[in-house]
Amino acid sequence: MAASEQANDPIHQFIVQPLMSDHIGPASFTNASLFMVIVSLAVTYLMVLGTSSKAVVPGRMQAAAEMAYEFVASTVRGSMGQEGMRFFPFVFSLFMFVVFSNMIGLIPYTFTVTSQIVVTFAFAALVIGAVIIYGVMRHGTHFLHLFVPSGVPALLLPFIVLIEIISFVSRPVSLSVRLFANMLAGHITLKVFGAFVVMMLGSGALAAVLSPLPLIAIVLLTAFELLVAVLQAYVFAILTCVYLNDAIHPGH
Amino acid sequence: MATEHDSHSTGTQAHGGAAHSDVFPPFDTNHFSSQLVWLALTFGVLYLLMSRIALPRVAAILEDRQATISGDLDHSVAMQKQAQEAVGAAEDLLANARARAQALAEETHLKLAEEAVETRKSLEKDLKESLEAAEVRIHAAKERAMHNIEEIAAEAATAIVQQLTGKAPEAGAIEAAIAANHKI
Repeated sequence: MAASEQANDPIHQFIVQPLMSDHIGPASFTNASLFMVIVSLAVTYLMVLGTSSKAVVPGRMQAAAEMAYEFVASTVRGSMGQEGMRFFPFVFSLFMFVVFSNMIGLIPYTFTVTSQIVVTFAFAALVIGAVIIYGVMRHGTHFLHLFVPSGVPALLLPFIVLIEIISFVSRPVSLSVRLFANMLAGHITLKVFGAFVVMMLGSGALAAVLSPLPLIAIVLLTAFELLVAVLQAYVFAILTCVYLNDAIHPGH
Repeated sequence: MATEHDSHSTGTQAHGGAAHSDVFPPFDTNHFSSQLVWLALTFGVLYLLMSRIALPRVAAILEDRQATISGDLDHSVAMQKQAQEAVGAAEDLLANARARAQALAEETHLKLAEEAVETRKSLEKDLKESLEAAEVRIHAAKERAMHNIEEIAAEAATAIVQQLTGKAPEAGAIEAAIAANHKI
């Protein structure tokens, strides 16, 4: 019963349940915690063990680690300039955590850490918190120029400031919901198509003959979800860079 | 199909009602604190590992590689320059040697020619001297021979005169006659 429920229910994969106790406390170890640990270990394995030989001519692991490094470094440098490299470790950790969460989550029977709004929102809040704290520390009240674009007529200024504030406040929401919704929708779609295959096969008759169709759809969708997994991690990282850039260079 | 769909949806509801609250799992606030705690823990550790170990190491690797590559390139450029210099030096050396050989050949040629001229001159001089000496000797011999002839002529004339006239001519007359004859 439990297995068939898991097979048919597209929402089941998002349920967080404790692994060591019956009820959920603030620190209880859940399947979500387990996959957070797995994701961190995977990133650490690639980046720390993969580079341990420090070879001038890299092996496969080291080449992958270097590619990840250079990819994120060029993104950070391209959007924030050399000054933004102080945020490079943060953006890199964020990107690697998100991309590994997304990719590992695509493996059947795993849990997708980034399909939880609380996780993506925590990341978004961390980014916006870093923007505000660094902006105020670096520029003081000048940071508020972020909301007051230069060269705007005085008449329009209140509206512009209001719009800027709304756009700033909506950033963590859009940042977190974008990633969360993409992961959630993709996994639900895969699951629904998977359930179609089972249901059509079980019904017999004409539907059973047509059951390979949703299976093909799953294959195509999986490829698409691989794209989405990496793309959303990239979008998350580059938006983080764009927002952090506001903290470094406030005022448009 | 319809019954299946029904059982599916009821199953979902029954499941959700039994084990969990009715809310959509990602919006279930019960596990938020647990997720936040573990996220802070795992992401914090990951951030520390990345910023303290992994990223400086990769940066060092990339820098090292860049240094190795540019060092090798510089080295090869220097080697090439050195090789070109060596080629130039070898060419210079060759040209020098060729010029020296040519000069030496010319000098030797001149010297040999000079020596030949000198030898010829000395030989000619020797030859001339010995020629002159020979001429002197011939002259002397001739003189001597002439002198002898005069004596013989005088003796013959004396003897002829004695035979013809029966008496010896005067000593001075014959000589004077020869001398007079000599003058003709």
